[in-house]
Amino acid sequence: MLYKSVINECIKIAAKPRSYLGLAAITILVAVILFALHADGQSFISFVTASFEQTLSFEGSVLNGNLVAFIVLQMLIIHVPLLVALVTGDLISGEAAMGTIRMLATKPITRVQLLLSKFIAGGIYTFGVIVWLGFMALIVGKWMFGIGDLIVLNSDGLVILQVDDIAWRYLGGFAVAYLALLTVASLSICLSCFSENSIGPIVSTMAIIILFTIIGTLDVKIFDQIKPYLFTTHMAAWRSFFEEPLPKAAIYQSIFILLFHNLIFVSVAIFQFKRKDITS
Amino acid sequence: MQEKIISVQHLAKKFGSFEAVKDVSFEVNKGDVFGFLGPNGAGKSTSIRCMLSLIKPDAGSIEIFGKSLDRNRENILARTGSIIEKPDFYKYLSAYKNLELFARISGANSTKNEIYEMLDFVGLRGREKDKVAGFSHGMKQRLGIAQTLLHKPDLIILDEPTTGLDPQGIIEIRNLILQLKSEHNKTVLLSSHNLSEIEIISNRMVIINQGKSIVEGEVKELLNSNDLVVLMELDNVELAMRILKESFQDVEAYIDMQGQLSLNITKERVAQLNKHFVLQGIQVFGIESKRKLEDYFIKMIQA
Repeated sequence: MLYKSVINECIKIAAKPRSYLGLAAITILVAVILFALHADGQSFISFVTASFEQTLSFEGSVLNGNLVAFIVLQMLIIHVPLLVALVTGDLISGEAAMGTIRMLATKPITRVQLLLSKFIAGGIYTFGVIVWLGFMALIVGKWMFGIGDLIVLNSDGLVILQVDDIAWRYLGGFAVAYLALLTVASLSICLSCFSENSIGPIVSTMAIIILFTIIGTLDVKIFDQIKPYLFTTHMAAWRSFFEEPLPKAAIYQSIFILLFHNLIFVSVAIFQFKRKDITS
Repeated sequence: MQEKIISVQHLAKKFGSFEAVKDVSFEVNKGDVFGFLGPNGAGKSTSIRCMLSLIKPDAGSIEIFGKSLDRNRENILARTGSIIEKPDFYKYLSAYKNLELFARISGANSTKNEIYEMLDFVGLRGREKDKVAGFSHGMKQRLGIAQTLLHKPDLIILDEPTTGLDPQGIIEIRNLILQLKSEHNKTVLLSSHNLSEIEIISNRMVIINQGKSIVEGEVKELLNSNDLVVLMELDNVELAMRILKESFQDVEAYIDMQGQLSLNITKERVAQLNKHFVLQGIQVFGIESKRKLEDYFIKMIQA
């Protein structure tokens, strides 16, 4: 029954116009970034590399598909959660607002199965979003700008990654980025169980992300102890794949914390949804 | 002894400090079209939602098909079809797709043909590809009936299925329910505000008021078909009242707001009274039997 319900949920997501809003937004945003880099990318790169030109000489084009994909990811990974929450935050509360939750809950499927099917479908949608983002950033980026070594500027300095050492890093980076987005999806579905309208969970999800991000950036002692445990701290963990040497411990910690948050959100949602009186 | 399909005993449910259901008990037998009556806020919908496990009761027991709902929820729901208040569908999907979706998780492996047959049965064939967003209330109600029946349930629970329908729609739903009983021997629990509807199609009923079941039984027995409430339109109501006091002391009578004579009377006495009035020179313009359930219902609620 879980499998059948997952199919139903996927059909519903695919049929909802709002599901394509996120994909359309990603397409437009990436297109704008690619256009901007195509039109004036060299001066943007020169501005960044100017400080290294006395000690390093660059051969070939620094502005290539790999760098473009990195820039796109860095710019968009903060905004994509909103696009994900737009769909996943509606999965339960949208049904409550429409009245269809009443119909679903009188079918011979357990509430836990019903809820899990929504989490799975939300996860599949999130996967679709990240795949589309990857396609637009990497495939279209490489098609437009060609391939080459990746030069990344991070807090420790400049990291130069060979062209044949990049693909697995993107794979790992996208996997961790997916896990971060999945956490956002889980949070919004969890909040969705407490609401009877779709706006509430979407706004609440974004409010929590903004709040945690602010806590994460504030240099206040009292927050230092909780910062490592906030899921927002690990939303940029995908960047660790582009460091040399690879900070494995930090990556594992991020994966663990994101998975832990997912588990908490799913558990809270199950607890709430199982005992919820459906009065809508 | 008849097979019990539903047995609800001492059901109670509170929402905060508000007691929506205090003590509701009733039993529905196989093949019954069971009327579930009560004024607004009596606790009908809450009781029905408890029976469908939408709401968890605070006390009492619910057995359906002889099994506890708590322990056999999925088995019971697989054999039950329901409409609660108004059927809501995915507006962005077609009628066909909606039915397919609900059939999939109803445990029925409904084929394309079965879905089309069901759409035909409720008169929506030809509209299957249309999105539900464009459907009228009546069409949604018929689609609701279709999703209720698609997995061939043994028990059908309908909460206010005719609300918002035009007279033609009400007749269609009524006929559909009668057809379900006569042709398919389904058990139907029907909650309705429409008393004449219950009187026409139900064989048994329960009346609940202020969260408590106050009377349950065979509709015919409860209404005692021999006792009638009759309205008589006469040319001289005052004379008629005098005659009644003198010669028909067992008949309860009063003059209503329209100047008609309202009587509580047995069938046999109606004919005698009519003859007597005519012989006394009173012109009888009309005799009308009022729906009795209405009076019975009001009497019970007021009691």
